Amino acid sequence: MKYQLEVSNITKSYGDLKANDNVSLSIKDSSIHALLGENGAGKSTLVKIIYGSLTPDSGEMKWANNKYSPKSPFQARENGIAMVFQHFSLFESLTVEENIILGLDGIGLNENFSEQIIKYSKQYGLDINPQQVVGDLSVGARQRVEIIRCLMQNPKLLIMDEPTSVLTPQEVADLFVTLKKLAADGCAILYISHKLEEVREICSEATILRGGKLVQSCIPQEHSQKELAEMMIGKKLTELARTNIIVGENIFSIDNLSRKSDDIYGVNLQNIALQMNKGSIVGIAGVAGNGQDELMEILIGEIPSPKATLNFNGQDISALNSHERRQLSMFFVPEERLGHGAVPDMSLDENMLLSRPDSTEMTSHGVIDWTKVATHSKKVIDTFDVQTPSSRMLAKSLSGGNLQKFMVGRELVQDPELLIVAQPTWGVDAGSANNIHQALIELADKGSAILIISQDLDEILSLCEQIHVLSEGKLSDAVDMKSNGLEKISQLMVGGKEEKNSKLIAGAKTDA
Amino acid sequence: MNEGLFINIIIGISIASVPLIFAAIGELLVERSGVLNLGVEGMMIVGALLGFVVMSHTQNPFLAVFAAMLGGMAIASIFAFLTQFLLTNQVATGLALTLFGLGFAAFAGRGYTEETIQLITAVPIPYLSDIPYLGPLLFSFNPLVYLSFFMVYLVWWFLFKTKQGLILRAIGDNHDAAHAIGHNVVRYRVMAILFGGAMAGIGGSFLSLVQVPIWGEGMTAGRGWIALGLVVFASWQPFRIIFGAILFGGITILQIHAQGLNINVSAQYLSMLPYLATIVILVSLRIRLKNKTNRTVPNCLGRIFHSTT
Repeated sequence: MKYQLEVSNITKSYGDLKANDNVSLSIKDSSIHALLGENGAGKSTLVKIIYGSLTPDSGEMKWANNKYSPKSPFQARENGIAMVFQHFSLFESLTVEENIILGLDGIGLNENFSEQIIKYSKQYGLDINPQQVVGDLSVGARQRVEIIRCLMQNPKLLIMDEPTSVLTPQEVADLFVTLKKLAADGCAILYISHKLEEVREICSEATILRGGKLVQSCIPQEHSQKELAEMMIGKKLTELARTNIIVGENIFSIDNLSRKSDDIYGVNLQNIALQMNKGSIVGIAGVAGNGQDELMEILIGEIPSPKATLNFNGQDISALNSHERRQLSMFFVPEERLGHGAVPDMSLDENMLLSRPDSTEMTSHGVIDWTKVATHSKKVIDTFDVQTPSSRMLAKSLSGGNLQKFMVGRELVQDPELLIVAQPTWGVDAGSANNIHQALIELADKGSAILIISQDLDEILSLCEQIHVLSEGKLSDAVDMKSNGLEKISQLMVGGKEEKNSKLIAGAKTDA
Repeated sequence: MNEGLFINIIIGISIASVPLIFAAIGELLVERSGVLNLGVEGMMIVGALLGFVVMSHTQNPFLAVFAAMLGGMAIASIFAFLTQFLLTNQVATGLALTLFGLGFAAFAGRGYTEETIQLITAVPIPYLSDIPYLGPLLFSFNPLVYLSFFMVYLVWWFLFKTKQGLILRAIGDNHDAAHAIGHNVVRYRVMAILFGGAMAGIGGSFLSLVQVPIWGEGMTAGRGWIALGLVVFASWQPFRIIFGAILFGGITILQIHAQGLNINVSAQYLSMLPYLATIVILVSLRIRLKNKTNRTVPNCLGRIFHSTT
């Protein structure tokens, strides 16, 4: 068996923390190899070492049977290693063509490059226009730019860091076709993800890391999703089940809500109607960019909603701002963690205090009592297993998954009567996602109502009793799950028209 | 209006614009790389002093301009060191640089306030300058005037026609991404800052070597700040710098000639015009950019780059 890359006994420490502890991994020629692990398991460190951004403290690597120790990403690229980053390394104000040239060494300007880009884009079915400005592209299109940029280096190994976390289901399907074709053409792929069903679908091997150590190398198809997840987190997953479904009276309703978006690329909401009862978990499924952001902003109170469209406990709350809504025991976890959900440059303590509608228990005579605040943040940090040295850390210094746990926890500890949460487990690993889901279920069991807006269909299916689909700014009625529910949801997600696949939806942003 | 006055005005305008063009085109490159250096005024005044001092000792215009360039770069290197290696705040450091430059030049130039030097004179291009009308208008200038226009072209060519220029723009747009694909953010920025210093130094020397033959404390009189405004006015496009500088320079000259032309507008109103124009341009830029991807202002402008790996 021929190996493209062999990594042996790599160790990398930051102070006392061993980010990689004696890790080994071998990637076969033309294979798709998964690298699995929770947040902070050491995946990124390992990948950065392979890509030459970091040098290991000890251990060695072999590239096609030769000794390999890259000093910089340039050297890694010279050897034929390319990487698609999780947070795209694109330049928004530059065109697609300029972006691609920037990532290619030894290519100057003035060489007519567009044709070559188009050639590659056709060959791998990655639809792209070289002259467009990247800032105007949808997320999926941006990823296509990144992939083409990598492919034009004719790599022997392509590293992909959580490529699907931002894609629509159709875009994911398209990506998988491309990846399989690439592997067939002789390019090995190192696929980092925590979406286990994807790993089982396309990866032929998997290496699992936990706490910087190698847990196991295995063939993912030989294990169930649950087994893989348990290997990743090192303990048993809790079975999700509602113990106490008592659906009470109506608590929240949206009545005939229509609003034209302020953004020319935005989605206009049309006649949205929704009823929610106490003790119920309601889900809104749908592909990103169909009005989720706009609806969430209205529900939070960031932008005004028309009169008498939102009703909470018999009170018209349309005109109330977010703080006033929180005072009525309506709490929110927005999707965008840094910016909407938390102030990046403030500590967890400060963020804790900021979203409190009533801060009397953390102040004395109007002056903040930081000891009391810290006690409250500590409670959230402990209950939701947030990995942070202290509650005084800045919000932006936490990894996305950890900050998400803190933000969900911060709202949950206030026992909201209604919790509205967008993408509760986006970027969160399996173990913590399980914890968050469990906490949501416990809240509902106590009689609170929860509204979940998520693109993760599995999440919605496993948690919600009442499911709606948002498509092109219109919200469907609750889907009857008893007969062919899943099929109906899929149809509603693509707008009810089969031929109108998500390429058109993704393209709509591109063409505008 | 007679023909002589007209040509005088044109020449006057171009002479008034040149220091602005030099300083602004240097700052434009710096800002394109994502660095905001508010020390332009300080770098200009040091250039003005050094140019004057070297000229008075050597009578060699080449050495004088070269010394002014080095002076600007020396001051800029302080800024580069502080902001790029010690990661200080760029606005505060730039302001400090201006105050330092003004103070330093006033102190070091004490012995030269009584002196006068031989001005660098215009060099009419043989034959071409004899063409009626066009000759005096286009081919009878000081070499530094041509150099300033050439630098604008050079910066444009560098930014939009070379790979290094593309990398520099990319660094200004998103320094983290540029770092991730392996480009040396700090090196590019330091080079850009030094270039900005060199241009500001030459621009400053134009004041003391071409405009007037004397050295005076604070003789830059706010031109560094106008240059900073010009970069915004030009929306970070090199050729618009020339247009803006002529507009600003023109208004200065108009003030001088206003009485001769029987224009009965108070000088104060005229001096306000460049700044009003800048505000109008800024507002209209914002309106035009609404809901569009920002392609003019470098996204990383003034942000500190700290590599974690």
